[in-house]
Amino acid sequence: MVGIKMEKNKFDYIIKTENNLWEVVIGLEVHAQVISESKLFSGSPTKFGAKPNTQVSLVDSAFPGMLPVINEYCIKQAIKTGLGLSAKINLLSIFDRKNYFYADLPAGYQISQYKNPIVGEGIVTLDMPYGTKKIGIERLHLEQDAGKSIHDLSPENTFVDLNRSGVALMEIVSKPDLRSPQEVNAYVKKLRTIMRYLGTCDGNMQEGSLRADVNVSVRKIGDKNFGTRCEIKNVNSIKFMELAIESEARRQVELLESGKTLEQETRLFDTKKNETRSMRSKEEAHDYRYFPDPDLLPLKIEQKFIDEIKKNLPELPDEKKERFIKKFKLTPYEANVLVSEIDISNYFEEVIKNADIKLAKNWIMVELFAVLNKKNINIKNSPVSSKDLSSLINTISSGEISGKIAKSVFEIMVETGKDPGKIIKEKGLKQQSDPKEIEKLIIKVLQNNSEKVSEYKSGKEKLYGFFIGEIMKASSGKANPKLVNDILKIKLKK
Amino acid sequence: MPIDKNQVKKVAKLSRISLDDDKIESLTKDLTLIINFVEQLNKLNTNEINPLTSVVHKTLEPRNDVINDGKIKNEILKNSPSKNEDFFIVPKVIE
Amino acid sequence: MSDLNKSSLTNIVNLIKKKKISSLEVTNHFIKNIENSRKLNSFITTCFEEAIKKAKEFDKKKNFNGLLAGVPLAVKDLFCTKNVKTTAGSKILQNFIPTYESSVTQNLWSEGAILLGKLNCDEFAMGSSNETSYFGNSINPIGKNLVPGGSSGGSASALAANLTPATIGTDTGGSIRQPASFTGTVGLKPTYGLCSRWGIVAFASSLDQAGPMTKNVEDCALLLEAMSGYDKKDSTSINKKKENYKSNLNTNIKGLKIGIPKEYRVENMPKEIDKLWKHGVNILKKSGAEIIDITLPHTKYALPTYYIVAPAEASSNLARYDGVKYGYRSKKGKNLIEMYENTRGEGFGDEVKRRVLIGTYVLSSGYYDAYYLKAQKVRSLIKNDFDKSFKTVDAILTPSTPSSAFKVGEKTNDPISMYLNDIFTVPVNLAGLPAISIPAGQDEKGYPLGLQLISKALDEQKILNIALQMEKVISFKQSINRWWE
Repeated sequence: MVGIKMEKNKFDYIIKTENNLWEVVIGLEVHAQVISESKLFSGSPTKFGAKPNTQVSLVDSAFPGMLPVINEYCIKQAIKTGLGLSAKINLLSIFDRKNYFYADLPAGYQISQYKNPIVGEGIVTLDMPYGTKKIGIERLHLEQDAGKSIHDLSPENTFVDLNRSGVALMEIVSKPDLRSPQEVNAYVKKLRTIMRYLGTCDGNMQEGSLRADVNVSVRKIGDKNFGTRCEIKNVNSIKFMELAIESEARRQVELLESGKTLEQETRLFDTKKNETRSMRSKEEAHDYRYFPDPDLLPLKIEQKFIDEIKKNLPELPDEKKERFIKKFKLTPYEANVLVSEIDISNYFEEVIKNADIKLAKNWIMVELFAVLNKKNINIKNSPVSSKDLSSLINTISSGEISGKIAKSVFEIMVETGKDPGKIIKEKGLKQQSDPKEIEKLIIKVLQNNSEKVSEYKSGKEKLYGFFIGEIMKASSGKANPKLVNDILKIKLKK
Repeated sequence: MPIDKNQVKKVAKLSRISLDDDKIESLTKDLTLIINFVEQLNKLNTNEINPLTSVVHKTLEPRNDVINDGKIKNEILKNSPSKNEDFFIVPKVIE
Repeated sequence: MSDLNKSSLTNIVNLIKKKKISSLEVTNHFIKNIENSRKLNSFITTCFEEAIKKAKEFDKKKNFNGLLAGVPLAVKDLFCTKNVKTTAGSKILQNFIPTYESSVTQNLWSEGAILLGKLNCDEFAMGSSNETSYFGNSINPIGKNLVPGGSSGGSASALAANLTPATIGTDTGGSIRQPASFTGTVGLKPTYGLCSRWGIVAFASSLDQAGPMTKNVEDCALLLEAMSGYDKKDSTSINKKKENYKSNLNTNIKGLKIGIPKEYRVENMPKEIDKLWKHGVNILKKSGAEIIDITLPHTKYALPTYYIVAPAEASSNLARYDGVKYGYRSKKGKNLIEMYENTRGEGFGDEVKRRVLIGTYVLSSGYYDAYYLKAQKVRSLIKNDFDKSFKTVDAILTPSTPSSAFKVGEKTNDPISMYLNDIFTVPVNLAGLPAISIPAGQDEKGYPLGLQLISKALDEQKILNIALQMEKVISFKQSINRWWE
């Protein structure tokens, strides 16, 4: 691509060509699988990874005469999520049928919500390095997930597994407020954090419980109207979303700059070639023929029901962040990191129940995160419990061991899972803090180095550090550095 | 409004029903008759009327989130014209 | 034994309960009748062996309290029956064997009834003559070349010919009441939501309702009592206490207000029908009811509304027949889409195709508002007409059909004239109301004709009572000479 350059400058993500500056406009339709025991309209289980077609009922496989009955918990989960997005909950919503044929859509229609979704407009606040940005939510609706078509088991045939068929999904549609791949990254992560806080979606993208259709268009900077958009279907990782947007935006700019017109279409992201391509099978125009599902009646929700859910809502990430900043004097950056996952913030709050906040945040964000990253594990499965980390920090605060020793204790804790007190005791790592003992040690070191002492006294003050080193060595690093310092100064004066 | 052959072909495609040429011919005639018949409704002014959502005077009654179904793979696959031990089998899907 | 041919369902139940006759004897009687009546083509599937086995088991029981104790019954082949082939009259389901039992048929078996077989019907219940069945048309026992009506044509034919003591059908636009009228039998379409739709092959979900088809009104009350009831598996099922329709039957209809809607006096209606209607009015008057002229101004829009709403829902309901999970699959087609198109092209008959295409058309983008939305608005108007009327009247009396049974093949080439058959029955489905058709007399050809009573939702008892009183006074019995035996 000659002449195209991407520039990132605060809010602006700009594609620069010879004559123009282009802006990218992005809207997301996130499909989030609802956490529930059973499916949206049937009593079969929703667990991921079961043997094919073992979590399928006659309803999920659309046998003649089968009828849907809605799962109350899924309604609750959608409302909860809506409240987490500060959105309007609609007291009346309607389930519609979206009609199309596909191997993993057994009824030939998907029960979804079209004109009257359960949740209306809301807001998600992004924490970008350059500040916060509010992204509008257009709507959230409930719908059924489809089954899975497996294309690679045979050259002539496709295999169909309906385990996923009928699992509840929330489709969360954003307004076209996103302007860069980075914002999309932050948006998806923030949505995921909110839903994990609420316990409404586990956000596991590898298992497909969070996926997105990405709508991308470009326009010249200053243009008020949106350009023609293309929808990139079913992107299942944040990294791929970013790559897909970048390549799709470039493609659109290139096309428009060469004087061609852009066709509104559905595209797929080819992760190997790192480019989007038109979906062949979807060439023929879609006509979903939505109409209200006559097997289901309108869904009426009582305000009382919503109020009850609201009352029991957990503290959400934005609120928690505010509290952390105010109460614990964290920087916004630190607060962001610590609230980014509910398990992290829980861990942090557990540790600081009985330990110094400043030490705690540093130990978690530096030492612990390094270990978790290296081992690629979740904080929930941390080899060091919050209680043990809390005790370790207290041994530092109380002067029982030095920060340096603490790091080696921590290493042993990671490897063995033992509590720090035990390790310190076993290894005899406890700091030497008895002034008399330290004095004895110093006297001995000075006696052994009497020549150096004379040199020091005649003005070679650089040797001070040498004495400290020798004393610490003699104490195997356990001597309290402050005491050593104080006593050594006195001794050398004499 | 008369229906033409292309419209019949289009809805047949949407409905996933193959039709041979004779059928398209006769269906074009039938569908035109039927559509003309139902267009009597255009004589009525319904601007102020709400569409009927249901004749039943009640709203949706939800069920509890309980697992009480599934684990009937053999039953699910039993009637399928093409299957193996675990899956429904269909001709290759082109994407 | 030939007494059984004259016996009502109620009688047979009583005889069995009093041990005057065994379930096996009754079962064998009807099996023999069925075997002698293959010409009527009213059965798609028979289950004689299983029925005999069940009857024998029943006869061993010491106590039985069921409403239908030991009675063999055949049902329309639209009800899914466990381990018994269920075709909906279609090639596409010709080999489908459900692993489950519809709620309504389960209710019958729970009351002690025994399945005799599955009755012929129009394909997916789409038709008014039983001629759209993949398994050939069923014949009206009234006459060699007469259709039994539809879509529950096999049910009406079998009932009139005494191949089952009673039966159940489904009614989406008249599919119980029109064949009842064509065969001189009683048929009731209950309030939408009174009988569960779970396990019934769906045609148009907002209109479909199962109901009893019987020889007389008392049987109708009994069978309705047995089959109805709340079902939590059907979200549109009405949650209310089960009623004892039979024991609450009461012929005292003094003071009831009966509405006569002028819009049902249509052009070209045979004069016998008008005469019969007047006769019905007189009977009601003599029985002490008050007759009130009413207006249902949107009646003439009911049929066009129906032919938008029903096909629209059907086009979606029938999308599941795609050759993947069950039923027929075409061997032609290289890829999935071609397989779908060939399967559905070969598996569906002409009428089903017509309706699926119409339904797809009226829902498709650009047409939805003009057709489907418009129709749902007119449906509101039609329902409002009835709601208004039922503020002043207890029930409405109309003819059941605009003509008597017609000849096989007479209307197959003209879909609209076929559709017009349901002109009096369709409004009731659109409004979700209960209605009963009872035999009231004959036309000049000697073919039976029916009158229809409609009430407000859940007022089944009232129309059963009025119907019982009318039945008593009319005392009509269609004679059938069993020409086919």
